[in-house]
Amino acid sequence: MILEVEHLKVQFPTRRGTLTAVDDISFAIAPGEVLGVVGESGAGKSITGMAVIGLLDPPGRIAGGEVRLEGKRIDNLPHEALRRIRGRRIGVIFQDPLTSLNPLYTIGQQLEETILTHLDLSPRAARERALSLLREVGIPAPEARYGNYPHHFSGGMRQRVVIALALAAEPRLLIADEPTTALDVSIQAQIIALLKRLAAERGAAVMLITHDMGVIAETAHRVAVMYAGRIAEIGPVRDVIHAPRHPYTVGLMGSIPKVGSHQSRLMQIEGAMPRLNAIPPGCAFNPRCPKRFERCVLERPALLDAGTSRAACWLHALS
Amino acid sequence: MHSVNPLLKLESVSRDFDVSRPWLNRVIEREPRRLLRAVDGVSFEITKGETLALVGESGCGKSTVARLIVGLHAPTEGRLEFHGRRMQMIFQDPYASLNPRWRVRKIIAEPMMVLDTKKDVGELLRQVGLSPDDAERYPHEFSGGQRQRISIARALAGEPDLLICDEPTSALDVSVQAQILNLMAELQERLGLTYVFISHNLAVVSLIADRVGVMYLGRLVEIASAKDLFSRPRHPYTRMLIDALPDLDMSGRSRTPVAGEVPNPLAPPPGCAFHPRCPHANERCRVERPEFLNGVACHAVDEGRI
Repeated sequence: MILEVEHLKVQFPTRRGTLTAVDDISFAIAPGEVLGVVGESGAGKSITGMAVIGLLDPPGRIAGGEVRLEGKRIDNLPHEALRRIRGRRIGVIFQDPLTSLNPLYTIGQQLEETILTHLDLSPRAARERALSLLREVGIPAPEARYGNYPHHFSGGMRQRVVIALALAAEPRLLIADEPTTALDVSIQAQIIALLKRLAAERGAAVMLITHDMGVIAETAHRVAVMYAGRIAEIGPVRDVIHAPRHPYTVGLMGSIPKVGSHQSRLMQIEGAMPRLNAIPPGCAFNPRCPKRFERCVLERPALLDAGTSRAACWLHALS
Repeated sequence: MHSVNPLLKLESVSRDFDVSRPWLNRVIEREPRRLLRAVDGVSFEITKGETLALVGESGCGKSTVARLIVGLHAPTEGRLEFHGRRMQMIFQDPYASLNPRWRVRKIIAEPMMVLDTKKDVGELLRQVGLSPDDAERYPHEFSGGQRQRISIARALAGEPDLLICDEPTSALDVSVQAQILNLMAELQERLGLTYVFISHNLAVVSLIADRVGVMYLGRLVEIASAKDLFSRPRHPYTRMLIDALPDLDMSGRSRTPVAGEVPNPLAPPPGCAFHPRCPHANERCRVERPEFLNGVACHAVDEGRI
């Protein structure tokens, strides 16, 4: 396993008490595997990603659990050591490519700098490598674009540059947080195909965070569905999409409109996800759940085996 | 499709925006004025009770069409006819479109004061799935989905015939989006509303629209019933958009990534604006702009090549 997360807990101390944004979640990603992390806003998916790479905004902090990269614990490392790991062994891609690029440097300079910081290469070899990365992510005529600034590129091309930057030091783990959300549909498909190919070729582990089930269906091998800071269901993508085991996943899948479905109304989950300061006891989904019974209100379900997936739902408890 | 009495009719409507640099720069650097044609010769009709969706990628002019319809912009050329009494608009961002200092009661009652309609605020709130007690609360106390319900209640307060919805669910999570789309369908059935629905999301459009218009670089390239458009798309751009849809059923259909990107709207390609990305483009497409004939603007379709 490249990434192992065990019983991770992230808390935000506030004046009105401590909020638990991520509550006891565990998962692992193997080499060459893409794990999709899906959920609605506030479900804790991005915070999970930030906790893994040690970039939680204060006052947020890891309040429990472990994060291991290739078997070594990284959540308790000092700031500087973690920073080196982040550049060298973890690549990060954010939603908005402009926040990841420095507007004052050409993309060539930014790539070269990243490569020289993390790899032991001569400046000339670094330039070669930067060019080949740009070629690999599909920037046409990279020699001509090498001296261009980020604002010279369109949104889709900028995201390609960010991917090239993230891959510059040959990371073992790639964290992509909504990498295609800011892009038009026709460009989305290009970026997804690119991410998928690069992960497979390099045997890197990819944690793909998104709210878009369509992106997950096409890219990920396994998917973790998050709800109110917890994993509601985790399993192979095909099974989670075609035979969801958690009532929340069932509702989520039903509420996605599909072309050619000839339906006139969507399935609807009543209500909204609870705020972090008002997560109900027992199963966090119980007030909205059509299948709720007594135990759901009293006791929080752990992830239980449900077919090929695992679901945090008492329906799957062996009686 | 062409009814005798359309509720709304657009006839070759165009809209230019002046994107020139400041006067002094132009004089010193001898630059000419620069005009951006955001909407270019768009014509369509809407019949009472139907939902027309306009789709396209960012910058295609669909939101400008919405603003032209409600009169937030005046057309540079062409004409618009509206044969109803009132129209109202629902915006994408429910955080920006509600006054944070007003209670919900005042927000919803405002159009009634201006338009002199009389409706019960509590009843309007109930209609959109909120409680009459919510009238005394402020917008920040509500979630995004609830705020969009308030926007809808405010729009209904003016007793409109026509509702222009500009990406009304794009800022919402899927489960909340489902609630709002169901609500809009239910209100349409109950109140006989007519919708112009602007969206970039084809799946949402296939659910809610009766007819769909596809826009590219300010031009309408195809318009058809939703059923026909999704089962038998004609324009190469429409085909491309449908091919680029994510395969949620995991049927194994690989989505075809589209080559290229939308060109700079300041310098649209000559001829058919889509020709640089089109697999069927020939010499004629590069020089002659296709006319909008029988619901599609494409030389290849017109010549029977595709």
